[in-house]
Amino acid sequence: MLSRTADSLFWMTRYVERAENIARVLHATSRMSLMPHISNEEPMAEWLSALSATASYNAFFEQYDEATPERVVEFLAFSEANPSSIFRCLSNARANARAVRTALTSDTWEAINGAWMEMQRFRRDAVAPSDINRFASWVKDVSLNVDGSAFRTMLRNDGFCMQRLGVYIERADATARILDVKYHILLPAHEPVGGGLDYLQWSSILRAVSAHTAYRWVYRSSIKPWLVAELLILREEMPRSLASCYSNITYHLDELGRTYGRQGESQRQARRIYSRLKNGRTEEIYQTGLHEFLTEFLAENGRLGAAITEQYLI
Amino acid sequence: MKPTAFDEMKSAEDGCRQPYKRVAEWLSSLPSEVIEQKREEAELLFRRVGITFAVYGEGQGEERIIPFDLVPRVLSRGEWNRLSAGLEQRVRAINAFLSDIYGKQEILAAGILPPELIFQNPAFRPEMMGKQVPAGVWIPIAGIDLVRVGQDDFYVLEDNARTPSGVSYMLENREVMMLLFPELFARHQVAPVDNYPDELLSTLQSIAPATAPKDPTIALLTPGPFNSAYYEHTFLADRLGVELVEGRDLLVRDEVCYMRTTEGLQRVDVIYRRVDDEYIDPLTFRPDSMLGVAGLMSAYEAGNVTLANAVGTGISDDKAIYSYMPEILSFYLGEDPILKNVPTWRCREPDALAYVLDHLDELVVKEVHGSGGYGMLVGPAADQATRDAFAAKLKADPENFIAQPTLALSTCPTWTETGLAPRHVDLRPFVLTGKDGVRFVPGGLTRVALRDGSLVVNSSQGGGTKDTWVVDD
Repeated sequence: MLSRTADSLFWMTRYVERAENIARVLHATSRMSLMPHISNEEPMAEWLSALSATASYNAFFEQYDEATPERVVEFLAFSEANPSSIFRCLSNARANARAVRTALTSDTWEAINGAWMEMQRFRRDAVAPSDINRFASWVKDVSLNVDGSAFRTMLRNDGFCMQRLGVYIERADATARILDVKYHILLPAHEPVGGGLDYLQWSSILRAVSAHTAYRWVYRSSIKPWLVAELLILREEMPRSLASCYSNITYHLDELGRTYGRQGESQRQARRIYSRLKNGRTEEIYQTGLHEFLTEFLAENGRLGAAITEQYLI
Repeated sequence: MKPTAFDEMKSAEDGCRQPYKRVAEWLSSLPSEVIEQKREEAELLFRRVGITFAVYGEGQGEERIIPFDLVPRVLSRGEWNRLSAGLEQRVRAINAFLSDIYGKQEILAAGILPPELIFQNPAFRPEMMGKQVPAGVWIPIAGIDLVRVGQDDFYVLEDNARTPSGVSYMLENREVMMLLFPELFARHQVAPVDNYPDELLSTLQSIAPATAPKDPTIALLTPGPFNSAYYEHTFLADRLGVELVEGRDLLVRDEVCYMRTTEGLQRVDVIYRRVDDEYIDPLTFRPDSMLGVAGLMSAYEAGNVTLANAVGTGISDDKAIYSYMPEILSFYLGEDPILKNVPTWRCREPDALAYVLDHLDELVVKEVHGSGGYGMLVGPAADQATRDAFAAKLKADPENFIAQPTLALSTCPTWTETGLAPRHVDLRPFVLTGKDGVRFVPGGLTRVALRDGSLVVNSSQGGGTKDTWVVDD
């Protein structure tokens, strides 16, 4: 397969996954903003955390002096200036898909092209923050469509592996960031850890990754921070957890290694990260510090992306 | 005064020509709401599949779909057989002409063509002098534009011998028609066209370099997503089952062309290139080209890779050369042309120029090297001021222009805002030539000028397309 084709397949699904994750964060944020404010000193705390969770905080304040819900929604959903707005993600996904139209099945192409056309309409009609849920669930549907059409129609060859790698690298990145948001929202001094507000924040993190019910099934317990972290980092049966992402990443990289008859740097790196997650324990993570652990993970995940590029995409 | 056009459906004593009988019945049985609804369905289908084209000069990324007309254009088997014999003859002559022009140049020695028409022609590639191409096939893929003016009167309007496009519309139009109107196909014996990609693949395989393996590696070279015909490039690569490559995917080492893949470099034997000569190799042609492959010409000249179409074929579809095509054909084949040429005034000749300037209001004047309907004057449709401005351009640079009478292009019923109405059409059949002979699919692409009275069918100028049928007599 052409390296350029592999590159476009990787980024096409990666951008769709990114759009979905931003939509999830927007959805969770708008829900949180309906609850009593986390902090009276910073009434925008939820919306600022949405910017952090999507790695758009700095880019946002390059454009605006002050955050308002309308601005954050516009910036994350529709902005042309924000390189990782949902609009830009879907445009990029479509541009990548268009560049490798021949490597896609018509179902997958139509899922992406249809989404891109529909996106123009959403953008034209300007979605209000109160109406963001309808838009966010549409974005999730798009992602499901793209994913589902690929699952049902794509040949299981190297191209399919490239697509899946894009999904899981991006998803691991997003889950780590969403979890790390907790670090950015400082509890007001008088709020006890494990109090009502703390509970709300952890539960909204679970919602953002569709894990609210899963948590109950797995732990049959009220929401406890270390269990949320365990679920989203170490539990392989949780499909958005870091361990699950890396189980998939190593699988698809091994498939590529088998197909091409050659292993390389990306296989070695992925295996190293995966085994650390598989053998990891929550206590250790909390000892290192959750934020430090996640920061380190994000850096490693980024390095793996670079290794994949080096090995296959150029 | 405008002559009345031949109506391909209605120009018959009983009001309907034989090949159109059933289509006419079908049309009269369809309420206009149904036609309108089907038209919208068709547009939706085209948009969803992404059959778009970009128009140069408009905002980048601007994508439009070519309007599709639901009423098929019908040719009888007998008509098609005559046309295809003429097309085959014409393409044979053009291949012989190219072998000669880049070889011994006997046609110049015989005084049939003025040498400056070749040597001063920007489409002439001196790099190709003395070169041979596999099986003597210079234009494996030709798109010959035909127009009809009467029952048996077909003219060749243009020989497209560089990178003719439009074949994807021919194929998609048929698919959409079969989806929308299955009952229509049940009633007719319409010759299929969907074997075109197979024929194209066999053609390309047949002209692989002699040193290539039995199953040669073929790639389709595109300028990239911003090219107006990009959709077609992806479509064809898909149907051919070959890689769609851009210049940056290829590299040349020791006169061998490779593509960069996830498994390293892979040798390429045949390139179906949709990039023009000037852009194909920055070392030989335009150094600023980002679309080409450095050194590709060296691999080509070493015979390690076949380019389809060959480099330098533009010399044969030039509008000035066109006017000599009947003489060229007789010179090489010793036959009379089956298909007629449109009478052409070469403005480079003083007598012709004087005539053209006197009769601007009845002629179509075209740039010799232009294409796509840009830079032309349709005399009868233009106002006096436009004609005067054009006359000045003409006098300043007569060599650059030819003129032809305004042909009364045939019309075909077409769905318009006010119901069915006749609109002018042309026809671009695609002719494939390989080592083992000439291949066709019956029909081709019918383009239709959607504006009332317009004679310009180019998609960039408001033209649309129709499905084209060849039906048994």
